[in-house]
Amino acid sequence: MELLKHFLFDTQIGFVIWTLLKIVAIAVPLILSVAYMTYAERKVIGYMQIRVGPNRVGPLGLLQPFADVLKLLLKEIIAPSAASKGLFFIAPILVLMPALAGWAVIPFFPGLVLADVNIGLLYVMAITSLGVYGVIIAGWASNSKYAFLGAMRAAAQMVSYELAMGFALIGVMMVSGSLNVTEIVNQQAHGAAGGSVFSWNWLPLLPLFVVYFISGLAETNRAPFDVTEGESEIVAGHMIEYSGMSFALFFLAEYMNMILISAMATVMFLGGWLSPFPSSVPFLGAPSFIWWFLKCALMLFFFLWARATFPRYRYDQLMRLGWKVFIPVTLVWIVVVGAWMQTPLSLWK
Amino acid sequence: MASEIRNYTLNFGPQHPAAHGVLRLVLELDGEVVERADPHIGLLHRGTEKLAESKTFIQSLPYMDRLDYVSMMANEHAYCMAIERLAGIEVPLRAQYIRVMFDEITRILNHLMWIGAHGLDCGAMTIFLYAFREREDLMDCYEAVSGARMHAAYYRPGGVYRDLPEEMPKYQASKVRNASAIKRLNENREGSMLDFIEDFTNRFPTYVDEYETLLTDNRIWKQRTVGIGVVSPERAMALGLTGAMLRGSGVEWDLRKKQPYEVYDKMDFDIPVGKNGDCYDRYLVRVEEMRQSNRIIKQCIAWLRANPGPVITENFKVAPPSRVGMKTNMEELIHHFKLFTEGMHVPAGEAYAAVEHPKGEFGIYLVSDGANKPYRLKIRAPGYVHLSALDEMSRGHMLSDVVAIIGTQDIVFGEVDR
Repeated sequence: MELLKHFLFDTQIGFVIWTLLKIVAIAVPLILSVAYMTYAERKVIGYMQIRVGPNRVGPLGLLQPFADVLKLLLKEIIAPSAASKGLFFIAPILVLMPALAGWAVIPFFPGLVLADVNIGLLYVMAITSLGVYGVIIAGWASNSKYAFLGAMRAAAQMVSYELAMGFALIGVMMVSGSLNVTEIVNQQAHGAAGGSVFSWNWLPLLPLFVVYFISGLAETNRAPFDVTEGESEIVAGHMIEYSGMSFALFFLAEYMNMILISAMATVMFLGGWLSPFPSSVPFLGAPSFIWWFLKCALMLFFFLWARATFPRYRYDQLMRLGWKVFIPVTLVWIVVVGAWMQTPLSLWK
Repeated sequence: MASEIRNYTLNFGPQHPAAHGVLRLVLELDGEVVERADPHIGLLHRGTEKLAESKTFIQSLPYMDRLDYVSMMANEHAYCMAIERLAGIEVPLRAQYIRVMFDEITRILNHLMWIGAHGLDCGAMTIFLYAFREREDLMDCYEAVSGARMHAAYYRPGGVYRDLPEEMPKYQASKVRNASAIKRLNENREGSMLDFIEDFTNRFPTYVDEYETLLTDNRIWKQRTVGIGVVSPERAMALGLTGAMLRGSGVEWDLRKKQPYEVYDKMDFDIPVGKNGDCYDRYLVRVEEMRQSNRIIKQCIAWLRANPGPVITENFKVAPPSRVGMKTNMEELIHHFKLFTEGMHVPAGEAYAAVEHPKGEFGIYLVSDGANKPYRLKIRAPGYVHLSALDEMSRGHMLSDVVAIIGTQDIVFGEVDR
């Protein structure tokens, strides 16, 4: 036992193995979450649309995600003859990679994080921005007009919403005084409202929270901002020529990004693992991973709810919303928060 | 060196989620802005008009269902009316009321399909499934009177095939539905078919309210439809638009009011008209038309309850005699045999009959040389005319708007390609 501990923590090779184990410990539940996210989506939207959703494979349809994975695995991957083959196959990997890498700095509980780095926030912003390259390459390499239109839309959309999202996170950074994600959660535990639900960032930074969430919808190409995919216009956008596992990677990345955005919202604005009950309440008042999970699930539910409710924006309207509404709103609120912090009324002392 | 700038040509359809069947559009795009939209049609051409020339009048009737396959009975209606006009056949009053009632049921069916598809075109998914919930009930009515849920072949020259059933068909218990679920489903099916339709008309306005909460004041929906595909009243008339496409532009033209057929002159209903001629106004017009249709159905139910009677003409040269008569009476047996082998003869001449179809003016132009089949049958399909306005409506709009415009035109390829 001692030897194993020594090997894992004190040797170079042990460190690599230990880190790899941690990555597996995050990636496997994450992929399972994606599987059940698709199931939840179909069930939730199903009930919103007065139908029942999948209920044939396994009890209550619970094995449906595995049936889907199996189907996608067994399907042939077809590359169009006019496609640029190398890029065509690299693109889905480029999309998936940042969606997975972003999870490195997301803390699930104090200490329960792959990389407790001091620039966590910056890292997430940087890594999620990379995802768009995969989309653009996919659209270009497919050599299909629909895919190309999708790629052009993706480029414009992701760049503009990245900005609004970045500004929203700057507000969080200002009040937290740190880029370390764990630190940001801990900071929400104390404040003028005494560490209760109301001291979490969502309330004082409400406009930023709303902008962050809506930008998150746009960033992950989810309805009502799914112009990149644009089912009824450009059919599937950049994914139109992909089949089998190469398509599944895009799909996987989309859902991982959704969960990542929700996880970010949870730690940035909703107090992460902090309990909504005062700490005097036994058991329920204690911070716990369960709270983190529930908050993340709530955010994901909003993703699904929006999809079931809204029509799709047109591409230029979406750009207008990003540049003319969200960016000004975030800028103004950053200034307001900045001024607020200088007054004696500041909540963040 | 000046580089050559070319427009982006996009082949939209025929296999495309927004192609409404088999529309093939060749779009010339400048970026995402549409410079030219060139619809290519004919992928669903079945030669209905030519087929009719080699079939007896009644044998051609089911082909009419397959023209606009979301408003089946309205197509039959125009066809039957053309024959009746040419042959001077009297339609019993009860049959006229039944026809009006089913025309309006068909209008609701069609508009429900349209609101669902239009919503889906603009990315609103839920409305589609809401609309299908109600369509299910109405298709059950189709099934109850004719035995078929879509291609009814219920209207016949001289009336309708049979009277409304005394009993509404009920759901049966099955593997997937237990007894209590069946009981709930059958709650409003205990009485006659008229009871069922009445129950539906009482529920329906709240359903329309539901659709309106989803779309009417939705900012995104408005952004997607207001100011899109604007047609001025003058252009709308010049392009030959009819139905909601014309009324959306503010022209109050409805054959049910302007050239009343059957018993529409006895009905109390309003004609909604739009103002700006954009997709949003046409949306509002169609939603209001659903409410008005609901009103007409209620009036028909009241009359039909109080006035039993024959539903098809007693002229056995046109309509078959009763089953009992056929089995017991020599004369009627001969009539039956002649009608179902040789078919009816329509006097030589020509006639045009048009109905206010859910999509616009649906007309049948019939030329007869006195034989047992038409000499020539010409179908005036509203969708065909609307589609030819697509280019003008979508020029200068973006790719996503083309999809919204196809949705607002309520195109069905069964009638466009015929």
